[in-house]
Amino acid sequence: MSTDAPPRAESFDLDRPWQLHPQVSVRPERFGALLYHFGTRRLSFLKSPALLTVVKTLGDAPSAREACRRAGLAQAELPAYATALQTLASSQMIRPREDA
Amino acid sequence: MTQASTTLPLVEQFQYGLDAPICLTWELTYACNLACVHCLSSSGRRDPRELTTAECRAVIDELERMQVFYVNIGGGEPTVRPDFWDLVDYATAHRVGVKFSTNGIKITPERAESLAASDYVDVQISLDGATAEVNDKIRGPGSYGTALRAMRNLAQAGFTGFKISVVVTRQNAGQLDDFMAIAERFGAQLRLTRLRPSGRGADVWDELHPTASQQRQLYDWLVARGEQVLTGDSFFHLAGYGDPLPGLNLCGAGRVVCLIDPVGDVYACPFAIHENFLAGNVRGPGGFAAVWRDSELFAGLRRPQTGGACQSCSAYDSCRGGCMAAKFFTGLPLDGPDPECVKGHGERALAAAGGAPVPRPFGNHSHRSRPVPVTIGRRPAGPGPVRHRPDRACDENPLAGFRP
Repeated sequence: MSTDAPPRAESFDLDRPWQLHPQVSVRPERFGALLYHFGTRRLSFLKSPALLTVVKTLGDAPSAREACRRAGLAQAELPAYATALQTLASSQMIRPREDA
Repeated sequence: MTQASTTLPLVEQFQYGLDAPICLTWELTYACNLACVHCLSSSGRRDPRELTTAECRAVIDELERMQVFYVNIGGGEPTVRPDFWDLVDYATAHRVGVKFSTNGIKITPERAESLAASDYVDVQISLDGATAEVNDKIRGPGSYGTALRAMRNLAQAGFTGFKISVVVTRQNAGQLDDFMAIAERFGAQLRLTRLRPSGRGADVWDELHPTASQQRQLYDWLVARGEQVLTGDSFFHLAGYGDPLPGLNLCGAGRVVCLIDPVGDVYACPFAIHENFLAGNVRGPGGFAAVWRDSELFAGLRRPQTGGACQSCSAYDSCRGGCMAAKFFTGLPLDGPDPECVKGHGERALAAAGGAPVPRPFGNHSHRSRPVPVTIGRRPAGPGPVRHRPDRACDENPLAGFRP
């Protein structure tokens, strides 16, 4: 298994729909969760239970911003969460969802 | 990594253990066609008590329930088990990924094709010399050719990114660039792991383990290659030189990794096959999950450890005292320095012990009669060939390359 790629510089698009990659398994842990991508054989960590809630909500929410809102995040917390989501996107743990 | 909160650093979380291992090593059989001089599990002959196919499937079912993402399968040579490919299929069908270590003996062109078709299987070919001369002295005559043939078959089948796994020794430490070239030639990724004084490795560690200057060169070489080269977190004792290498830099024994051996015994790590590190057996009530969750040994490992003699050392925060198994099998105290401590404390401790008796590895499945082909390095002819035999798909290291 290899390790995570460095996050890309571009910012995360909070306003589009996202989803967990279908080849990713999520295992909740006290500190948040472990994520494993069977395709890339990479492991990632979610360092907070709130981020786990966001990630689990992504697939049903019209946008990542809405998933964050449903997870109870405050406006001021969004930039930190956007960075975390961007890291997950650059390692293919989550990916844009093409909605009809 | 994801940084959204101000929770404890992950490494600290991991030191207190997880509800299930992140990955684990599972040695499916002690049988092996080779007899490598440094075999961690003293493999050779099958053990009649090895888990049956049904028992192996039950273990896989448990791993699925515990959401263990993948297992590192080794041995022995796991592919010599007649049910090996069925077990791999069973695991992947249950969303337990498999990475298996092999000397390449069964990686035919046809097998390579089917492996290339699966997303859930990774292959690791063991090679301990970049030339047949160096490799075969450790792994036995013809083993270099077998490994290279397997690599060629995988490459021709389009399996990219399989691993070439090298145990770094005094004899091959000068061949790192050559190993890299072999990996590039086959579209594979190089993985270097540490020689441990475990299994038959205990008999050859003194002559095979890298010298202090080789260790320094290895560290510099790894730092320069970054994440291009995997190490399975094997060299975290080298973090004492300065920057840590990629990985958790943590001994995961009983906290995030463990070993299931061919007879179902569960040990804290693949390098610690000894009764002192035996946590239980998967055949016991509650199976593997009960051992992982309830073993007193593991509970002890998950409590904060004291640094003992190392606590006052400036490098302790980086190296965390090094490898438990390496200390144990060289007779050093577990809260003392690693035998290969970069500050030289281990060497001094070993010299002070003056060759006092050290714990012996537990169990020996070495072939009884086959002559060992090897005279390693400059060993004088006197002691003659080592009595026990070599082999196994040697490295199975526990933490594949994560980083927190």
